[in-house]
Amino acid sequence: MDSHTLAAQTGEIGHVEHEHPPFLRHHFENVAQQREAATFGMWLFLLTEIMFFGGLFCAYLIFRNWYYPAFVAGSHSLHIWAGTLNTTLLIVSSFTMAMAVHAAEVRHRKPLLAWMIATIILGCGFLCVKAYEWHDEWVEHHVPGLNFNPATLEHGTKAYPDDNLAPDMAQKTSIYFSLYFAMTGMHALHMIIGVSLLTFLLIRAWGGAYTSGHIAPVENFGLYWHFVDIVWIFLFPLLYLISRHQ
Amino acid sequence: MSTIVSLPDQSTATLPKVSYLNKEYGLKSWLLTGDHKRIAVLYMISITLFFFIGGAMAALIRLELLTPTTDLLAADTYNKVFTAHGLIMVFFFLVPSVPATIGNFCIPIMVGAKDLAFPKINLLSWYLYIAAGIMMICVLVFGGVDTGWTFTTPLSTHYLNTNVVSAGLAVFLAGFSSIFTGLNFIVTIHRMRAPGMTWFRLPLFVWSHYAASILMVLGTPVLAITLVLVVLERTIGIGVFDPSKGGDPLLFQHLFWFYSHPAVYIMILPGMGVISEVISTFSRKRVFGYTAVAFSSVAIAVFGFFVWAHHMFIMGISNYSALVFSLLTMLVAVPSAIKIFNWSATLYKGSITFETPMLYAFGFLGLFTIGGLTGVFLGSLGMDIHLTETYFIVAHFHFVMVGGMLMAYLSGVHFWWPKITGRMYPEGVSKLAAVITFVGFILTFFPQFILGYLGMPRRYAAYPPEFQVLNVFSSAGATVLGVGYLLPLLYLTWSLKYGKIAGSNPWQATGLEWQIQSPPLTENFAETPIVTHEAYDYEWLANKTRNEVQTVG
Repeated sequence: MDSHTLAAQTGEIGHVEHEHPPFLRHHFENVAQQREAATFGMWLFLLTEIMFFGGLFCAYLIFRNWYYPAFVAGSHSLHIWAGTLNTTLLIVSSFTMAMAVHAAEVRHRKPLLAWMIATIILGCGFLCVKAYEWHDEWVEHHVPGLNFNPATLEHGTKAYPDDNLAPDMAQKTSIYFSLYFAMTGMHALHMIIGVSLLTFLLIRAWGGAYTSGHIAPVENFGLYWHFVDIVWIFLFPLLYLISRHQ
Repeated sequence: MSTIVSLPDQSTATLPKVSYLNKEYGLKSWLLTGDHKRIAVLYMISITLFFFIGGAMAALIRLELLTPTTDLLAADTYNKVFTAHGLIMVFFFLVPSVPATIGNFCIPIMVGAKDLAFPKINLLSWYLYIAAGIMMICVLVFGGVDTGWTFTTPLSTHYLNTNVVSAGLAVFLAGFSSIFTGLNFIVTIHRMRAPGMTWFRLPLFVWSHYAASILMVLGTPVLAITLVLVVLERTIGIGVFDPSKGGDPLLFQHLFWFYSHPAVYIMILPGMGVISEVISTFSRKRVFGYTAVAFSSVAIAVFGFFVWAHHMFIMGISNYSALVFSLLTMLVAVPSAIKIFNWSATLYKGSITFETPMLYAFGFLGLFTIGGLTGVFLGSLGMDIHLTETYFIVAHFHFVMVGGMLMAYLSGVHFWWPKITGRMYPEGVSKLAAVITFVGFILTFFPQFILGYLGMPRRYAAYPPEFQVLNVFSSAGATVLGVGYLLPLLYLTWSLKYGKIAGSNPWQATGLEWQIQSPPLTENFAETPIVTHEAYDYEWLANKTRNEVQTVG
């Protein structure tokens, strides 16, 4: 066994140095392997996120089948303009994020910073609109468990005069709003985490961290951001657009 | 008789000058480490602590059940004690047991890598585990929780006045710790294999961890969102699981068991990986039907996702779905049986030696087979109605989890102990411990099959006097079992200082981890290995040893 001598050698010299960029972690063979591993890890993490939201979507599916009229009435009480505005904000922010990744790829520091700041602003804009909506629902007594009162949902609104619910079905709107708050709440939590992470990346990028070939953090954050966007793309029709055309 | 222990390099072996254990010193070098081997050791210490806390709870349960009346613990205390036993053993011992310790230690070395793909996430996973563990201990100290480990609604959301929320959040955190472990394993196995290490050259230990990691990554998030909903239900009363508001408690059962049934495969699959390594090494034969064993792990993982409703046969699910889930439950027995048959075929005409890991592995084979077959009883619809919620269930899952998984864990700890610490455990007393564990186990849990069949329900502090004899047997067996678990704790600790020096390959095993020094270097390999041989190729090992002897001599 010559492992002793090898051990002694490695102990003295330490890590055997090859030519490699400073951001290559010691346990990877090369930059390509490190980047592939990071991206693959991110995709797996997004898979766990799909399962996480999947539980909520499953509950939504079941209750929407059981209490369809309540879901229609609940959906009609939301501000469609706010949902549309937020969808637009998020889609544009996905575009700006994609541009940020591109800027990192071609190693342009200033465009990278600009696109990142744009993404942060759009993300915060989304959260503001969402907070306004939640406040509105609080005022309307639509928050289950805290101040829920289905009175305003029993009879149709001006826009949807046909939404008349029997009293027991009107009670079931609380299930719709439970899921609404759970789903948009979880989504908003992911947005807050996203904006915080992006702020952190922005500070690092200010010092030029991601414009010297080390784009994996920006690229993988981009994947996360697009994922959160896509979750919203599903939430918007499921929560806001139930039977809007009637 | 056993000849393997006295091997050429063991008599002259010395501890290497530099290893992962002595490269750096001090608490900080451990608590901030990125080294998968050190994190494995941290995990091993922490899960041992939780194992003995959970074991103390089990001791209380068995003491209380010694007599038919509630004399030691009041009924509500008893509820808290069995809940604590379940929560701690499931989430803080069984789920991380083999993967986070032995898997963490061995998988990078087995695939020929210097570390897991994400060392910091690996460390984060340990910190999440510790945070969750501290929360759980706080829950116990400040009043406990009495929902049973299943958090059954509406019991947990409406009727109990105990620490359900904090217990739920502790399990939520522990879940993320397990997600990160699984994610790390999958990425490492995909992306970090050494040159020449193809998928079908991987040790079966790696295959079974791959399958278990898929379950961790896909199942655990569903548990997480379910617990979030329970917490929201309990704190602000959203009503998704509350029938009085139009919610559905059965939905909770579906979501909970969608994770918690695959979770039993998260617990058992890594143990099966250990058994493959041990059986092959001590029969000195390639595992019979390598490909079949490898794919049966994946098959268990896939089938494991489609059987959850067999926990709900008496909860009012439709007859048709009960039929389908019963059929699928029977199907999942097939890949498990493939494994058992292939291990037996490996033993056939092997050069078997009876070292401690092998004794534990034999224990696993017998006890897991009984546990698995009684699972088929419970999966059949008619029998299940008679047996469910009785001690038959308790005996069944203890045969699988304790008789199977814990035996496999102890087998693995003994098998890799020389690699982890560089020293041998004392062979005589450890063989004794293996036998004591087996005898104690049978004495503890076999009577519970009969109790359950006679109709004694689980989760009660009192029982009719005619069940006492069998309960006394069970409690007596638990005492023996306790000795069986304390012994390894004592002699393994003793061996850290006084054990014989192991040398790099005390078992003459073929895995890559046995071709490097014990304990390994922080970088594992002095240079990246190039793999040219199949897994379990003892001829390759014999040639390699012969060449080395020629070069040296």
